[in-house]
Amino acid sequence: MVNKQRAYDGGLILEVSGELDHHSAPKIRDELDGAMAQNNFKELTFDLTGLTFMDSSGIGVLLGRYKKLQALGVRVWLKGANPSIDKLLRMSGMYSIMPKVDRG
Amino acid sequence: MFKNKMFLKFDAISQNESFARMAIAAFAAQLNPTINQLADIKTAVSEAVTNAIIHGYKDSFGEVELNAKIEGQKLTIEVIDYGVGIENVHKAREPFYTTCPDEERSGMGFMVMESFMDGIEVYSEVSKGTKVVLQKNVGAKSNAGGV
Repeated sequence: MVNKQRAYDGGLILEVSGELDHHSAPKIRDELDGAMAQNNFKELTFDLTGLTFMDSSGIGVLLGRYKKLQALGVRVWLKGANPSIDKLLRMSGMYSIMPKVDRG
Repeated sequence: MFKNKMFLKFDAISQNESFARMAIAAFAAQLNPTINQLADIKTAVSEAVTNAIIHGYKDSFGEVELNAKIEGQKLTIEVIDYGVGIENVHKAREPFYTTCPDEERSGMGFMVMESFMDGIEVYSEVSKGTKVVLQKNVGAKSNAGGV
């Protein structure tokens, strides 16, 4: 689920937590789209620190959001993936389009 | 050589994706896997079970079988559905191939299974179903396969 959003000047951070699989994907996708629609921003960070599990269904969700944001000219970053999710993000090439950041 | 086996059958509904992950993790724990190995196994099984639910039983109700056996340090997992089957297994295993491009499917399921496990075999017959066999050497003596 998307349990927190933080806005700063021109930017938005969305925290995703729990498990992101095919079952939870529609709910998380809707929550992300809702949060994205409510804010004005030029850069967005998906903070995955609270995410305990993700498989390729999650890649589909992130990629779908990225395509929407790219069309709006928004820069997107990924943050806080645990080692297993980090491996999946690296393997799928996600970091080449949504770079990894450490900043809060 | 230590041996053990288990057989599970559950409804092909998405609620059982996390159940399948927890079940295989509990069974594989007997091999004293590393945290990374356990995460790899859960992710690969999640991909196979999700495929069975989404693609195997696209518009119908069915059941998924999750069978696993331990032989020494080797874990072998079977994920079986009796759904529509795959017409072209070779094509289905290509990275980014998906039959559901409008549903934000990444088409990476088989790629993840291949990367996270030591072996994968796919047997499928149209209108009969699909069996995915995943294999991994688990435990301290095997290649830890870190992140």
